[in-house]
Amino acid sequence: MFDQLTERLSSAVGALRGKGRISEDNIKDALRQVRMALLEADVALPVVKAFIEQVREKAVGEEVLRSLTPGQALIKIVHAELVALMGGGDSELNLRSQPPVVIMLAGLQGAGKTTSAAKLARFLIERDKKKVLLASADVYRPAAILQLQRLAEQVGAGFMASEASEDPRLIAARALEEGRRSLADVVILDTAGRLHVDEEMMGEIKLLHQTVSPTETLFVVDSMAGQDAVNAARAFSEALPLTGVILTKTDGDARGGAALSVRHISGAPIKFLGVGEKTDALERFHADRVASRILGMGDVLTLVEEVERNVDRDQAEKLARKVQKGKGLDLTDLREQLQQMINMGGLAALMDKLPMGGKLPQGVSQQAGDQQLARQIAIINSMTPQERKLPAVINGSRKRRIAVGSGVQIQDVNRLLKQYKQMQKMMKNKKLFRQLSSMGKGGFRGRP
Amino acid sequence: MRQREIKRDKRVQNHDNCLPMLKSNPTTSNREQPAPGFIKRLRARINRGDSWLTYDLANLVPGGKIDEELLEELETRLLTADVGVEATEEIMGGLRKRLKRNELKDASAVVDALRTAMLEILAPCEAALQIGTEHRPWTILFVGVNGAGKTTTLGKLAARLKSDGFSTMLAAGDTFRAAAVEQLRIWGERNQVPVVSQGTGADPAAVIFDAMDSAKARNIDVLLADTAGRLQSQTGLMDELRKIVRVIRKSDASAPHEVLLVLDAGIGQNALSQARQFNEAVGVTGLVLTKLDGTAKGGVVLNIARAMKLPIRFIGIGEKAEDLDIFRATDFVDALLGAGSDPS
Repeated sequence: MFDQLTERLSSAVGALRGKGRISEDNIKDALRQVRMALLEADVALPVVKAFIEQVREKAVGEEVLRSLTPGQALIKIVHAELVALMGGGDSELNLRSQPPVVIMLAGLQGAGKTTSAAKLARFLIERDKKKVLLASADVYRPAAILQLQRLAEQVGAGFMASEASEDPRLIAARALEEGRRSLADVVILDTAGRLHVDEEMMGEIKLLHQTVSPTETLFVVDSMAGQDAVNAARAFSEALPLTGVILTKTDGDARGGAALSVRHISGAPIKFLGVGEKTDALERFHADRVASRILGMGDVLTLVEEVERNVDRDQAEKLARKVQKGKGLDLTDLREQLQQMINMGGLAALMDKLPMGGKLPQGVSQQAGDQQLARQIAIINSMTPQERKLPAVINGSRKRRIAVGSGVQIQDVNRLLKQYKQMQKMMKNKKLFRQLSSMGKGGFRGRP
Repeated sequence: MRQREIKRDKRVQNHDNCLPMLKSNPTTSNREQPAPGFIKRLRARINRGDSWLTYDLANLVPGGKIDEELLEELETRLLTADVGVEATEEIMGGLRKRLKRNELKDASAVVDALRTAMLEILAPCEAALQIGTEHRPWTILFVGVNGAGKTTTLGKLAARLKSDGFSTMLAAGDTFRAAAVEQLRIWGERNQVPVVSQGTGADPAAVIFDAMDSAKARNIDVLLADTAGRLQSQTGLMDELRKIVRVIRKSDASAPHEVLLVLDAGIGQNALSQARQFNEAVGVTGLVLTKLDGTAKGGVVLNIARAMKLPIRFIGIGEKAEDLDIFRATDFVDALLGAGSDPS
């Protein structure tokens, strides 16, 4: 998500970047491009207009014109406005009320409510150690209730059975009752998808809301939604006191404009992003980080968090000690590094979060990068322990054997060995080495 | 090996559970005639009372003079209807040219020009789905992103085909989403058409291959094959789709005879990316646009038609089976422009 928006925005703003002086005309031009970029990214027109107006007001003020680096100053403004537009700050789920805390999901058909209900349940079970009960009031779509039941089993949540012949309101009331009876911490109520112009169905969800009076009423919206997302968000927020938004299918290549408009229109903060099909693919939403990513400024914070989650701390310390002692890295260490990179979602996921990641050449596809990593690991796996420790012993005939063993060309083996040599050279670089070892201390040991 | 056997047993069981097939029976056919009813609903639902395109247009030109301001308003409306920047610029470019030539004298001339421009884009995409008899089963593969409405469309189309007198079978190729198989089976029961399925987690290509075998054995006319929703950017899943097509061709080299891409009309510019990438992966032969009922929707049809030039087979404007109907360019444009609808 956001890639194409990033491209357009950074080229629009980038045109100003090198300029020492800036005129109102320049800004006007850049803003026109920003406007087009936002429109093509499905940001709703009224939102685009408001956004551009805000940015223009600030940009034409002293901030940009008097700044030494006007391009940078403009980026700062756009960034700040993006953050403001998407909500600013974090917004946690509110679970501080008398249990069972009720969470109700609402949205259009096919937005991803049922899947999100299961993801949310898993999130609360695993992160907050809550006891969660799932219930479905979707009596319209065939097998919708069964779908939730299956998902509940998968994520280890409780499930309250309901029938397609029941009145949704009765189901909701029973879910609340069942939540109290089974001492659940959280009850998540899934509802049927409905069109915001369908008065009858909007009336039904109002009644459902009255029945269970949820602490959290979350609007589930597809990140690919078009201009009509605004109307839907408006209608739902008028019908229900929304407390948050879940933005789904953000792992696709949609430009994510819905994220920008929904918050603006509904007034409810985006709380979660659905980032994949599996039930663990739910992320907290951080407006400032996403704004940074949109502008190609990178999302280093998320990257750091991911590194901490995925990198084996013991191994990292071992490696740091080894480097400090002045011993070089061997190929086994290189293999660990490659493996950890794969664990973090491969090159593409890393690049995505690094500054200006959006500007990678198109040819470098996600797949090619990950295949490359897997292939390099296979090459190292085909070596003997001695070869891994002392790569110098690898001669022509050994190379041939390794290449056959790992199913690659000899050139690939050569390339890996060359890469390894470069890495060693880097390790000998005193300055870099000092940085690395201090990172090893601060980054990994210091944390609880 | 044993697992495979169990799967096979399941499959046989599923067959036995199916209701016997009925050859077309006029009394069970509840489909309306090439429906004046549908056109009426189309108008009512796309516009919900006021056409997003031409609503109040006449009042914008008090002196009856058509100027840049009016065109800008139109441009805005096109953009907010997901027509997309490029298609909007093309349409507006044509209008501006005609304005310069003084061809647009009043609001109705503008509407006429707009209709012509839209028809030019949409008319080539009007091509109804043809069911051939030279291959049996005539295999139709449904593809699309998650939540576009594939299974629902498949169910509705099954009802339609059956009332048209085709013997039909469904293949539950969505083996990923929880309860997708059951959802399809309910559609099968409703329409009394057999459903071939295996459990969740089975290989979708194998399910569809088996269904083709089974359809051949029963001399079925049309096989509707569901697949799991997938985002077009997921390379692994798109490869799975390619594999499904490869495996289908092992059963019948001419199949799939139709690959229908189901698109949610509420999706914005991403619909184009979906059309492009599904087309590249498995060669889309037709589009189905779902969930066209709403307020600002419908514009995306123009955008896709212009960029992809793919035939639009069906449009869906509601949840009932009869709310899925053949795409007719003139009806559609008239509905968008609110033409012919009485003002009351």
